[in-house]
Amino acid sequence: MVAALVRLRFLVLRNSLKRSPWQLVAVIIGAIYGVGILALAVAGLIALGFAPVELASTIVILAGSALILGWIVVPLVAFGIEQTLDPARLVVFPLSMRQLMLGLTLTGILGVPGIVTSIAVLATVATWIREPLAAVAALVTGVIAVLICVIGSRTMAALSTSLQSNRRFREIGGILIFIPLILIGPVIAGISRGVAASAEGLPDIARALSWSPLGAPWSVPADIAIGDWLPALAKFAIALATLALLLVVWRRSLAVALVTPRASSAKRVARGKTGLFGVLPASPAGAVAARSLTYWRRDPRYARQLIIVPLVPVLLWFYSNNTEIPWLVNLTGPLIAYFLALAIYADISYDGTAFATHVADGVRGIDDRIGRVTALAVIAVPLVLLGTIIPVAFTGAWGDLPMLLGLSAGALLGGFGVVSVSSALIIVPVPQAGDNPFKSAPGAGFTTALVGFAAWGVSLALLIPAALLAVLSLVFSSALFGWLTLLVGVVLGAVFLIVGLRIGAAQFERRAPDILTRLKSLRGAA
Amino acid sequence: MSDPSTSAPGGVPVAPAGRPAVSSVSVPAPAAAAPSTDVALQLNGLSKRFGDKVAVDSLSLSVPTGSFYGLVGPNGAGKTTTLSMATGLLRPDAGQSLIHGVDMWREALKAKALVGNLSDGVKLFDRLTGEQLVTYNGLLFGLDRTEVAERVGDLLKLLDLESAAGTLVVDYSAGMTKKIALACALVHAPSLLVLDEPFESVDPVSAANIRDILTGYVQNGGTVIVSSHVMDLVQRMCDHVAVVAHGRVLVAGTVDEVRGGSTLEDRFVELVGGRTHAEGPEWLRRS
Repeated sequence: MVAALVRLRFLVLRNSLKRSPWQLVAVIIGAIYGVGILALAVAGLIALGFAPVELASTIVILAGSALILGWIVVPLVAFGIEQTLDPARLVVFPLSMRQLMLGLTLTGILGVPGIVTSIAVLATVATWIREPLAAVAALVTGVIAVLICVIGSRTMAALSTSLQSNRRFREIGGILIFIPLILIGPVIAGISRGVAASAEGLPDIARALSWSPLGAPWSVPADIAIGDWLPALAKFAIALATLALLLVVWRRSLAVALVTPRASSAKRVARGKTGLFGVLPASPAGAVAARSLTYWRRDPRYARQLIIVPLVPVLLWFYSNNTEIPWLVNLTGPLIAYFLALAIYADISYDGTAFATHVADGVRGIDDRIGRVTALAVIAVPLVLLGTIIPVAFTGAWGDLPMLLGLSAGALLGGFGVVSVSSALIIVPVPQAGDNPFKSAPGAGFTTALVGFAAWGVSLALLIPAALLAVLSLVFSSALFGWLTLLVGVVLGAVFLIVGLRIGAAQFERRAPDILTRLKSLRGAA
Repeated sequence: MSDPSTSAPGGVPVAPAGRPAVSSVSVPAPAAAAPSTDVALQLNGLSKRFGDKVAVDSLSLSVPTGSFYGLVGPNGAGKTTTLSMATGLLRPDAGQSLIHGVDMWREALKAKALVGNLSDGVKLFDRLTGEQLVTYNGLLFGLDRTEVAERVGDLLKLLDLESAAGTLVVDYSAGMTKKIALACALVHAPSLLVLDEPFESVDPVSAANIRDILTGYVQNGGTVIVSSHVMDLVQRMCDHVAVVAHGRVLVAGTVDEVRGGSTLEDRFVELVGGRTHAEGPEWLRRS
């Protein structure tokens, strides 16, 4: 039975690879990347065998702790990534709890991350090869460490299942992961500066960690290597106790998770409350706008795009500090405008097959286009205005305000024009509503990125006239060129918007059923 | 825009507009102006192939105005594909679909205004509440706000969805989702209702209610075409039926003509074949 589970795991992997050659390419690239990192890690661990014990133990403990932490945290933020053997799906089979736990553990170890982890952990044996006893201990504690990784991760997954059954939580959790991902550049810069400043403190951190469940299994061989038998024994006990505790918690939460179906959050409003449908104009375009706006609020795949709004000023502030050009902060508004406008470049893709409603109801192209852009404008225009004016108030560069407003208007309106066309032309695989936004849809990636870059490029090209005038106004410190930027940004932007709406509407009406067909074929892939 | 090939008798019908949904009678009625031809839905030589597989093979079908038409066939017979092409959701490789004489693939917007459509296998905008979703469909068809509010109220009451009006459709059960989709199809008082598997996963009480609604709708001059697997239901509910298999119409006509003495189910099995009379493998009979 357990063997069947393991076979199933590989069968699913193989079949999902067979479905799309692009996915195979992605996996191969990922594998090369992973093997490269693994080779580096193994080489490093072997090289550590020739380093002083103090250095070797510090590095192994810190890296090992990070590894366990990673295994445990990932299922918390990345829901729905590994659902091949979701316990909820196995509930119908007559598996004993022991078989289930054994099967899930084995499939966890035999997955790609499990294999990579195991090989790296095995390499720590080489680190301690000069002390045969420590090397043997490294093998034993290495097995425990891998088990802690896998079982810890499964425990977290099972625990979060109860939280996941709340749809709202699942959706928010998926968004939160994007913030660290986007901030990763500044964070790495900050941490590496901090680490460089406090490198001498690392051994102390490692010593402290070695008494925690994260570091204990890694420090047993290190203690044996220097003959500290008692601490080694104590830490071995900590590691074993950690594993035992995890097993107990996992067993419990699994038992609960298996009998608790995913409940709905049952959010409801009173009868007669149609929300934005009662506020926006009662026309097809108004209805489309109300629907889109409601989705901006309720669907995390849309809300996620708004993360860009706080991030732009933070990043600009960061770079302006680094480059000591405080003026950079003034570009907040135009940049937000540029990115926000393009947020819906593949809007219909996000509808999924629900787009059939628009096709069946015979929505006119122009109504669909105007509605979608209006919804975005309701959100973007105030944000962009604030993002343009507030930084100027801080930097006091009031003279540049017309120019900046012109750039913002040009970027926003031109971008609206671009997305009005692109979202009628481009259907890309996106996560389905309710899926983890982090989960990339199969077949996404390459084509999606390419198409996205095209939309970004066209939008940037449309901004060139206003941008040229803006540069001139800066170079000559000329108020006249600043006002000209504003004029050109608004007028040319409006022209691009109208042209975009027209072209987009014509495309929409010609292609609506074909767009639906494509959406249906994608749904099969998701 | 008008196309000479749509040589339907009686000229071009007018899109249904703001007539209220029959005072407080609980059954919605089709807008008065629409049915002006004898044939509500005319399919001529519709064809569609997906790769090597021919899904619909030059299918022709004539659905008289005021009929309650059942479309039955085995799994994979091409029912959903046919109805998708008839209602403008899927571009046919060949053939035409005329809704009261309006060519769906030439004057799509005009034709679609006449059709209420419940399609199988597509999602709804399920992050809206049930009430919002029906309102959305009403507004998309160009109804005004008070009109929509009134009709949405009627439909929710009729389909026993009032208590779930404020719940997101994503949290609905399968049967409730079908019912709200039906409400969306009815809200603009179409003259032709095209329903793909409307009874799937609907509980018996709701199914009976839906049947009453549809029957009343037909009595008021509307036309309904439903696809279904449930022969018994079709036999009792519909007055016309077409049996489809391998993308072709095997037989079509009034229910009595088609079943000719036996039950519709027996006639269906006889036409389509594939019924086996084994008792199942030996190991399955032991338990």
